[in-house]
Amino acid sequence: MHHVVIGAGPAGVVAAEHLRKYDPDSSVTIVGGEEEPPYSRMAIPYYLVKRIPEGGTHLRKSSGYYDRMGIDVKHGRVTGVDTNANAVSLDGGGSVNYDKLLIATGASPVAPPIPGTDLDGVRNCWDLPDAREIIKYCEPGKRIVLIGAGFIGCIILEALVASGAQVHVVEMENRMVPRMMNETAGGLIGQWCGDKGIEVHTGTRVESIDEKNGALSVSLGDGGRLDADLAITATGVAPNIGFARDSGIDVDEGLLVNEYLQTRSENVYAAGDCAQGRDFSTGEYSVQAIQPTAVEHGRIAARNMARGHEHYHWGNVNMNVLDTMGLISSSFGLWMGADGGDSAELLDKNEYRYLNLQFKDDVLVGASSLGLTEHVGVVRGLIQSKTRLKNWKDKLRKDPTRLMEAYLANTQAVGHNAHVL
Amino acid sequence: MLKALQLEPEKCTGCLQCEMACSYENEGVFNPAKSRIKVFNFHDEGRFAPYTCTQCDEAWCLYACPVEAIAINAGTGAKEVLGDTCVGCKVCTIACPFGTVNYNSSTGKVIKCDLCGGDPWCAKACPTGAITYVDADGTGMERMRAWARQGMPPAGASVNAPAEKEIPNYESA
Ligand SMILES: Cc1cc2nc3c(=O)[nH]c(=O)nc-3n(C[C@H](O)[C@H](O)[C@H](O)COP(=O)(O)OP(=O)(O)OC[C@H]3O[C@@H](n4cnc5c(N)ncnc54)[C@H](O)[C@@H]3O)c2cc1C
Repeated sequence: MHHVVIGAGPAGVVAAEHLRKYDPDSSVTIVGGEEEPPYSRMAIPYYLVKRIPEGGTHLRKSSGYYDRMGIDVKHGRVTGVDTNANAVSLDGGGSVNYDKLLIATGASPVAPPIPGTDLDGVRNCWDLPDAREIIKYCEPGKRIVLIGAGFIGCIILEALVASGAQVHVVEMENRMVPRMMNETAGGLIGQWCGDKGIEVHTGTRVESIDEKNGALSVSLGDGGRLDADLAITATGVAPNIGFARDSGIDVDEGLLVNEYLQTRSENVYAAGDCAQGRDFSTGEYSVQAIQPTAVEHGRIAARNMARGHEHYHWGNVNMNVLDTMGLISSSFGLWMGADGGDSAELLDKNEYRYLNLQFKDDVLVGASSLGLTEHVGVVRGLIQSKTRLKNWKDKLRKDPTRLMEAYLANTQAVGHNAHVL
Repeated sequence: MLKALQLEPEKCTGCLQCEMACSYENEGVFNPAKSRIKVFNFHDEGRFAPYTCTQCDEAWCLYACPVEAIAINAGTGAKEVLGDTCVGCKVCTIACPFGTVNYNSSTGKVIKCDLCGGDPWCAKACPTGAITYVDADGTGMERMRAWARQGMPPAGASVNAPAEKEIPNYESA
């Protein structure tokens, strides 16, 4: 049995490791399109602030690891999949045959539709070559304009600011992280940034970028102009699936998979940012493009490839955690609320503390928070286990911070007469 | 055989010796806020529940980590945070559905129970036997894990069963 994984990101590497575990006699090959050992995009911001060297971004660090694991890591860009011949073709000729194939090719950034994004000083912050270029500007005195204050934009922002560079952020929506935080919480993050001396321009778009005398000039919709040494775009991503078109694999926003992460082609599975998998909260199929989903896809797909359809994929809870110059925020599931549901909210503007819980009946279905760092994962646990909160819903309405107690009281014996809690 | 922490809430008096011992052993300070084991206080009922990581097989924290900063200790089975490698991204804190990985803002890294390398101080400090370190079979941890397996999809009894729902009565709680 030859398992082939296309893509050397977290989804691909975790899948390869689990294929090894579940199917010890098989051979496992990873085909990765970048000239690097398998690495983690998520680690790039920590490289930019020099908390880790470049090698710190590598997913597995001990030398000879993949050889010892019996995982063959090949460099090569896949240009097509022939699902009849069970083979993938590589850029520059050559092909690799598979018995089972996992597509874990991730996503790529989408440039904003404005003139000037092809200029030298304009970059994405997506891969190691981007990071090597951007790190040259990560120092005091450099002027950087960041276009897009979504989740990834805000993560990059944190690193740029920490480097001492002078940073302007431009976000066309009316607040930061609009797809993760409501107006209250997103507004507070914006205010927090303002207090830290970061220029936040929300509700306006970048119209164009020009180059004048070796520097960039970024024109805003509100008439403003920003001079910059570097402009970074973080305006969304799209799955890397072009090579799979016309191959018998269904393609929508991403690669369409069923509840075993299998595509329409029997021997082909998909995982991570390239896959349009089930969302736990909505039941719909969407591209979440987050790390936890990528690795969980990888594990589940590997198990189903190696052992038959053993692991049903109920879907992933969409979730993010963000640190914006020390203000920690997180969001989970239906943080914006469910139809027919209700909510509990706690707000302390002066302390930048916020907790919003969303319920459907007596089940937690979503949450967003500012300043919550203790036991935050239990939000995921409560959502994904669909734990019935019973009388604890009322207690949470009065004090939303008692999440952990609500969880314990409803899931384990607490005290002699646990049933009364 | 691997050992595990057995937590018996009914024996807990809420004295917080475990939190003190944990924070002192692991962080060098007597500060329950830095403890990896937490005692939850159910004020209304006067009851307490000690709670920490179950060292679960699924190890969501470990796989979510982008930099390989959580590793399994082969001797104890504990999932340990490698402090030098952790970059403080916090993805593990949201990935762990038990809420037992916390971010420590003073170090910029995450902390979780590592069984103190096989000699957990919380168990040694507990005066009432509410926390013991015993063979993994049949511990409360095993029950918690079992709950995790059945409570979390795929096999969730509580999943998608609207027909069995009682009508909650919030007002009379
Ligand atoms: C700066 C930054 C910060 C981030 N921070 C967070 C965060 O804090 N939390 C979070 O949840 N997520 C974060 N993300 C997103 C996270 O990194 C992705 O969700 C994750 O990397 C997805 O993993 P993946 O394996 O699906 O795809 P990728 O990591 O994109 O890996 C895809 C792999 O496929 C390869 N590939 C692509 N096309 C081909 C081809 N045709 N042939 C061969 N190989 C190919 C690529 O080279 C790569 O090796 C961040 C991303 C960035 C850029």
